[in-house]
Amino acid sequence: MKLERVLSVIGEGDLAVRTRLKKERSAMLKPSSLVLLLLVCMLTIVGCGQAGNGKGNSTGGNATQAPASAEASQTPAAAKPVEITFYYPVNVGGPLTKVIDGMAKTFMDQNPGIKVNPVYTGNYGDNTVKIQAGVQAKQPPDVAVMMSTELFSMLDMNAIIPLDDFIAKDSDIYMADFYPAFMEDTQTEGKTYSLPFQRSTIVMYYNKEMFKAAGLDPEKPPASWEELVSYAKQLNRDGHAGLEIPGNDDSYWMFQMLARQNAADPKQNIMSSDGKKAIFNTPENVEALQFWLDLSHKYKAMPEGVIDWATVPTDFIEGKTAMMMHTSGNLTNVKNNAKFEFGVAFPSGQKQYGSPTGGGNLYIFKDTTPEKQAAAWEFAKFMTAPEQAALFSSSSGYVGVRKSAYETETMKKYTADFPQALVARDQLQFAFKELSTHNHGKVSTAITNQIQAALAGQIDATGALKKAQEEADQALAPFNK
Amino acid sequence: MVTGWSEKLRRNGFGWGLVLPALVFLALFTYYPMLKSAVLSLYEKNLATSEPVFVGLGNYANLLKDSVFLKVFSNNIWFAVGTVPTSLLLAFVMALFADKAIKGRGLARLSFFYPNMIPMIAVANIWLFLYTPHFGLFARLAAWITQQPVNLLGSPDTVMGALMIMMVWKEAGYFMIFYLAGMQQIPKDLYEAAAVNGIGALTVIRKITIPLTMPTTLFVAVVAITNAFKLVDHLWIMTKGGPNNASNLLLYYIYDTTFNFYDQGMAAAMTVVMIALLLIISSLQFFGWDRKIHYE
Repeated sequence: MKLERVLSVIGEGDLAVRTRLKKERSAMLKPSSLVLLLLVCMLTIVGCGQAGNGKGNSTGGNATQAPASAEASQTPAAAKPVEITFYYPVNVGGPLTKVIDGMAKTFMDQNPGIKVNPVYTGNYGDNTVKIQAGVQAKQPPDVAVMMSTELFSMLDMNAIIPLDDFIAKDSDIYMADFYPAFMEDTQTEGKTYSLPFQRSTIVMYYNKEMFKAAGLDPEKPPASWEELVSYAKQLNRDGHAGLEIPGNDDSYWMFQMLARQNAADPKQNIMSSDGKKAIFNTPENVEALQFWLDLSHKYKAMPEGVIDWATVPTDFIEGKTAMMMHTSGNLTNVKNNAKFEFGVAFPSGQKQYGSPTGGGNLYIFKDTTPEKQAAAWEFAKFMTAPEQAALFSSSSGYVGVRKSAYETETMKKYTADFPQALVARDQLQFAFKELSTHNHGKVSTAITNQIQAALAGQIDATGALKKAQEEADQALAPFNK
Repeated sequence: MVTGWSEKLRRNGFGWGLVLPALVFLALFTYYPMLKSAVLSLYEKNLATSEPVFVGLGNYANLLKDSVFLKVFSNNIWFAVGTVPTSLLLAFVMALFADKAIKGRGLARLSFFYPNMIPMIAVANIWLFLYTPHFGLFARLAAWITQQPVNLLGSPDTVMGALMIMMVWKEAGYFMIFYLAGMQQIPKDLYEAAAVNGIGALTVIRKITIPLTMPTTLFVAVVAITNAFKLVDHLWIMTKGGPNNASNLLLYYIYDTTFNFYDQGMAAAMTVVMIALLLIISSLQFFGWDRKIHYE
């Protein structure tokens, strides 16, 4: 919108110049026309300035601000609604924007004093970039959905506020109702910084028809690593793979799963809870990574090399692999597109079951007014309330973030038709927080790259984790002073 | 003096006025950000430093120690080496064909040019599919040749080659247009004279077409080299720079450093290096080589 305006200004300017040219073709250029030219240029500059200002703010926000203030001037006595901007990403595409915009509308109907401007910002990556730009321009959104792993980065950028005061004052939030596995990554050093919203975890999908064809019981998915290997070997036939685990993008997520499964400590994770230490290079973790490599190289049950995150579900749906480890966020996709009966199960355990959580939480930002922050809290609370959580979970395939969501009618109906959706929920007792540290980008890239190098056969498991540990320690050094 | 000044203004003022809008935009969105990057590159500004700290050329010194930067830099050089000569050669041959083909000339030109009309992101998605193990066309071809399943984008040995082939496919048609224009400016009597003297087709190409399209070659080479540094859209879709930075390029690493690592000082230093490099390459066109090249 802004750009168009600037362009139209330029267009007009050109027109003015052209008409001038015609008129004064015979006469020499007079100072007055020079002044006019300068004026045109000034106009363009002003236009640019406005465009620049608009950038930090949301485009939607600006457009709606004008009529709101016009209304206010007509009825000065009436309470002017508090206006908040809400950024949200959608990683699974399409219709979810409608669901979220609809939820925002319901909220405004119930809370006439608050006006929410939902802004769809693309995928998680784009969303974070836009929020980061907003924070630097001192014009952040008031509330936003962002990866749970962004917690420490946002704290280091001094961008978000703790929610403890709101929680303490609010009698109807029932924090205990949220699944503890989802609350883990909202908290650090005794404070809570976000509310779980769009959450997922890793589950194992398997093709029941291929199980039958291979002489396996389709109601008994592999429960241990040993079984996983023998099943995958048996299933690796007729031109399809036995198992696929994606290895690019955030491969540390899959690594976390294997590492926890192989750990004797029920609380094991690959980083410290204050986000200041990475714990990559341990004998147990080396075994876990070695197991991942062995699935391809030793047992020949999985394709070699780095398997692409996005093609794994396609492979599963197309019958190119009998089992896959993937996000529960793909439930709806698989349900709608698989032309065979499929099962969903906990990823097989070794010493214990385990699966990291993932996804986005609702954060509230600094650099706005207390009124807006209070309104943002009301909105965040509404979005995570049982009814809304149930609606969002059933229309997206994400896990419902609180226990009571599963007792609503919406959810009962959804899970009755589609019991596979309950697996991710039941697994939450074995779930734990995704890798999240200070300097998260560098730390997660360090481990992801080394896992990829190991999968590609460039380095062995021991060397990979040693190198990842060194790089992560270096990235975290400034935070351990 | 006063008359001289107003005389000058009268002569040049209108021209400057016409240039000014463009200049204002360039200054705001190109020169100012460049300057700002240069200044920022002298500061340490990342998540660990809440207030930017002046470090002089420290960021540049760190760049030389950053193994990933050295890796992406050499990747980028190889990417240019792998794509530029091939796409130039291909463009030249295609232009020869499109210039001569008697029937269906328009169709030939269109089919050569069409990859260039597709946005890079769409191209990346199409080629991602072509390279997908099991069912991609090229993945199957590679598997048939080597007699084992091949993951072209998932292996550090093949990923660069796979991306280069895609880039050549995308770019060659675009460069062909320039060659075509260059060839059509060559006077026909030269060819007629050659024909009268019974000179072979290859000699004609070697002695007439190639020398007389040299200015085009220089221009296209500069565009192609700068494109090798500028075009990274496909990395988002296809590899994210992986596996283990095997396909990472300079511009993508700059983006990652800014928005994923939040390390703005280092990113600014890399930006300055890249701008300097691109300026040097494009200045070849304007100052250096073009004087040595034969013009008609």
